[in-house]
Amino acid sequence: MVYLNSTFYYHDSRNSIPLYFVKGDLTLRKWIQTAKLSFLALLGMALLSGCDKSNFIVLNPKGPVGQQELDLIIISVILCAIIILPVLGIFVYIVIRYRDKPGNKAPYQPEWADSKILEVIWWGIPIIIVAILGVYTAKTTINLTKPPVKDVKPIVVQVTSLDWKWMFTYPDKKIATVNYAEIPAGVPVQFILTSDAPMNSFWVPQLGGQEYTMPGMAMGLWLQADKIGEYFGSGANFTGKGFAHMQFRVKSVTQDDFNQWAAGIKKNSPALTDKGYKQLSKPGLEKELSFSSYPKGLYEDIVNKNGGTYYDHMSHMGDMGSQSSMSSMKMEDKK
Amino acid sequence: MQNSHFFVTGDPMIYGADVSIALVSVAIIFYLTYFKKWGWLWREWITTVDHKKIGIMYLISALLMLFRGGVDAILMRIQLAVPNSHFLASEHYNEIFTTHGTIMILFMAMPFMFALFNIVVPLQIGARDVAYPFLNSVSFWLFFLGAMLFNISFVVGGSPNAGWLSYPPLSENDFSPGPGQNFWIWGIQISGIGSLMTGINFVVTILKMRTPTMRLRDMPLFSWSVLSSSIAILGVFPILTVTLVMLTIDRLLGGHFFTMTAGGNPMMWVNLIWMWGHPEVYIVVLPAFGVYSEVVATFSRKRIFGYSSMVFSMIAISVVSYYTWVHHFFTMGAGANVNIVFAICTMIIAIPTGVKVFNWLFTMYRGRIRITQPMLWVMAFVPCFLVGGATGVMLAAAPADYQYHNSYFLIAHFHQVLIGGVVFGYIAGMYYWFPKIFGFKLNERLGKWGFWLWQIGFYVCFMPQYALGFMGMTRRIYTYNDSMGWDMGWAPLNYISTIGAFLMGIGFIFQVWQILYSIKHGERDVTGDIWDGRTLEWSIPSPAPAYNFAILPVVKGRDAWWYQKEEMQKGNVHKEAVKYEPIHMPNNTGIPFIMSVFWFIAGFGFTFEWMWMGIAGLIGVALTLFARSFQYNTDHYIPVEEIEKTEKARKNYGSVHRTAN
Amino acid sequence: MQQSISAHVSDHTQGHEDQEGIKLLGFWIFLVTDCLLFATFFAAYAVLHTHTNGGFTASEFNVPNFIIETFILLISSFTSGIAVLNMHKGNKKGLTQWLIVTAVLGAVFVGLEVKEFMDMAAEGATLSQSAFLTSFFSLVGAHGLHVSFGIFWMIGILVQLSRRGITPVTKRKISMVSLYWHFLDAVWIFIFSVVYLMGVM
Repeated sequence: MVYLNSTFYYHDSRNSIPLYFVKGDLTLRKWIQTAKLSFLALLGMALLSGCDKSNFIVLNPKGPVGQQELDLIIISVILCAIIILPVLGIFVYIVIRYRDKPGNKAPYQPEWADSKILEVIWWGIPIIIVAILGVYTAKTTINLTKPPVKDVKPIVVQVTSLDWKWMFTYPDKKIATVNYAEIPAGVPVQFILTSDAPMNSFWVPQLGGQEYTMPGMAMGLWLQADKIGEYFGSGANFTGKGFAHMQFRVKSVTQDDFNQWAAGIKKNSPALTDKGYKQLSKPGLEKELSFSSYPKGLYEDIVNKNGGTYYDHMSHMGDMGSQSSMSSMKMEDKK
Repeated sequence: MQNSHFFVTGDPMIYGADVSIALVSVAIIFYLTYFKKWGWLWREWITTVDHKKIGIMYLISALLMLFRGGVDAILMRIQLAVPNSHFLASEHYNEIFTTHGTIMILFMAMPFMFALFNIVVPLQIGARDVAYPFLNSVSFWLFFLGAMLFNISFVVGGSPNAGWLSYPPLSENDFSPGPGQNFWIWGIQISGIGSLMTGINFVVTILKMRTPTMRLRDMPLFSWSVLSSSIAILGVFPILTVTLVMLTIDRLLGGHFFTMTAGGNPMMWVNLIWMWGHPEVYIVVLPAFGVYSEVVATFSRKRIFGYSSMVFSMIAISVVSYYTWVHHFFTMGAGANVNIVFAICTMIIAIPTGVKVFNWLFTMYRGRIRITQPMLWVMAFVPCFLVGGATGVMLAAAPADYQYHNSYFLIAHFHQVLIGGVVFGYIAGMYYWFPKIFGFKLNERLGKWGFWLWQIGFYVCFMPQYALGFMGMTRRIYTYNDSMGWDMGWAPLNYISTIGAFLMGIGFIFQVWQILYSIKHGERDVTGDIWDGRTLEWSIPSPAPAYNFAILPVVKGRDAWWYQKEEMQKGNVHKEAVKYEPIHMPNNTGIPFIMSVFWFIAGFGFTFEWMWMGIAGLIGVALTLFARSFQYNTDHYIPVEEIEKTEKARKNYGSVHRTAN
Repeated sequence: MQQSISAHVSDHTQGHEDQEGIKLLGFWIFLVTDCLLFATFFAAYAVLHTHTNGGFTASEFNVPNFIIETFILLISSFTSGIAVLNMHKGNKKGLTQWLIVTAVLGAVFVGLEVKEFMDMAAEGATLSQSAFLTSFFSLVGAHGLHVSFGIFWMIGILVQLSRRGITPVTKRKISMVSLYWHFLDAVWIFIFSVVYLMGVM
């Protein structure tokens, strides 16, 4: 309580000037007042613009992968806050109480520089916090390598980052798209990522976190949309001149709509030829495009020609590749 | 490709810069010639081997580079302030963020750090110089000419534009032809060799040059931080050197270390560069921690709390920092197990760092806190670094990082730890030791303007960027809302962030003004102990004489000077007639500068792929090395009479010693 | 000048003798960093040694050539050791002769290495053929450059030795160059076993 009083005392005597101020002259004080006000105004603006929660797409996931990552984010924020907030409080308290000014009655012990108990406490607490967060991190990391739901047959979408566009190939449907992808809602999607250009990163924030697309590598990323909708996707790793324009759209639709969409593309869109791919892979921007077919083994060729023969990709793709192609064959049978 | 035109053209801003660079150069040359200063420049500065002067040159270079990097930052923020901006073209923006990052880390933070190493360490450990004064001069000139080589890319040849760590294959010939990327390689390579030598120099200085009575366990914490940082330099700068050599081999000789074709492996670059890059971050932050320890103890008038714990935590940080590099690319698909191990190692490094914060707080606890300029920056550091550290732990959780990676959340985080941790620390160090090297204090009032503009500017600039990260904005995009019809609502926060950047810029201008103003009007330090300090550097006059200590000081424990002052106050010190002895000092030499010029020539030649010039430069380097090896007359003695004369001129030596209450 | 320095050394704790010791310590630390330099090249070789791009593979190395190279370098390490022994005995002539033998052996080693590289290049196995060859030429070439530098360094020291004889300074320089030479020998043992032996086996 005594401490609290002394806090007030400081506030009163110094006209609420930030406490680490020694001898502020008048103009400076005024200036700081305005600075504070404008800072608050700016903060207000920031909050207002942030009011639209839907803008914070990372905090507003639409699928189980993004949700798990958000859970981890929240856990980590809470664990960090457990340390940060008290420490900030202690900091403010100490700075106020032990200021060097005449008449300060607070104890002064210039030789006190050691305390085993205190040391144990502040080595111990962070260790405990890190241990807890470590466990959650490990759990989530392992979870994300598996399909988000077990009982639904996943589909495979192959992703190739080019300069400066995204190509999606559907091995089950044998169709290809550029700068947009459609996926069925509620179905786990195994995106298999590679690049035929400098490495990029494939990121659809509302479905889940990103993964690099790299030449010569084929790496799996599980994502899933729970509801139908349109999600923003972008390249996250710098690739040069046109990088800022590498956005794409991921549209999640019902399974029936998805099948219909694929059938429509099969029927109405042009084919992607070898020559066409060569043209497509040249540096430049592109609109959204659809192709009814693509050269056989295009994706594997892309991976292999960039050094894919030197790596073992199965560990990255998991064993789901064969299963999903089986499932898609069944789907085709139904038609 | 750009070989057709040697000079960079096509942008009015570049023409403007060219003109101003030319004018400034002409002005400097005119000034030096008119006032007949060339000889002075050569004798007093270029050929100097005095660690204090080298430190001053590092400091000036660092501030110049802070200006250049800051201008880059402002240009980027102007471009991003509004959507669909056409202020900068894509390539130009890419060049600017590349040079901003490279300059701020390698040509601003590193020399600023070396400035503090040079200015403080020998004084603090009671030494008359560093272990290798010649090598020290080589280090500086390698850094300086490396930095100059990097900076002239602005005018000739074109700037690099593949990012500050230049991931291949983007940085390979196929995607980044021309001299720009080579400038990046050679600028860093040359200055990096200098950094490595500085590392060796300070490890040996601290281990071998301490005044004989100073035990390691009584050594001031700043010197400890320099030791741990230097050891980390030894561990990782060779990796950087080799990694850059590999990229050179790829680009110059058609090699395939990191190419997409012929079996090259770009992922190897990402690993190697971060094996250097991550410890590098700790290399620059550890000395800042050292500064905080000194400043907090001095201005709390109290011993540093938990000294052993502080030393242990610094060593722990420099060791664990070797095992965290993968956290820069959790998203490269290394596999769950690898990610978990590196995630946890990264979190572990937060523990000793957190312990240090507690120790600083409890140094202030039951102390008497004087809020001076250095202390102000330390107080700004504590909350800033706490939050930055917390977001670091958030980033360390690998799956969460999948969402933060390469987004503005990451940008906000590392600026918060690098500005809040490193820059604040170096600025605190600059204010703290400025009177020691120059003999006068920096003006408080202007300093406070600078301080508050920096503080407010910092939060206004970077807090919105955390939010932008959550809104899905990725780094290194030169424009938004411009294609595919996406409006993600990024505009207002970007606008605010730009305002913050300007505030920091104005803050920097105030600091420059403060320095210029104080040269004439700053409070003079007549005692040598203007802050009532605790460590040996405050026991000698400001500025320190060339030989630092006329008599090597006797140290009886930690905070040697503080307790010596107490003894003096009690009258326990008997004034004995001191008997001086001649002091052995190294001679000035022009070889380091000439050798570095040859390095510059070599780097320039290889940058433009003019092999004849590159090889000629390297031969020049070898010849200067030989010339040095044949130099035997490399030192001299300062005679006793001269020492006596200098020492007599000291006034009020150690008279100030106030205790609280 | 020379005289005045030696006069001071006697009554100084921080004399010349001590400085030479400090320089030697710095050189040891430099060797540690050089070791890391080679370690990085080794790491790259380990990652890339199978990336042969359908061309020259590690099993095609010229076995007699690299075995002779190894022997020559080992012998030169031995002779540099004899040189240092002579130095400690104060035998300037023996020291000079054995240093010359060491430098000559080093030159032969470099010559053989250059020949090996030329032969490979003649077969089309150049640095730009595959990632494997890039990493091979860089690792072995870096060692070769170190050896070449060491030869020039020895020549410089030999000149100084003939002018000044065995002094604390030349002693320290010879100790350094011999340390350097043993270090390069140790690195070569690694290259010999990791690159050549494991390659051809």
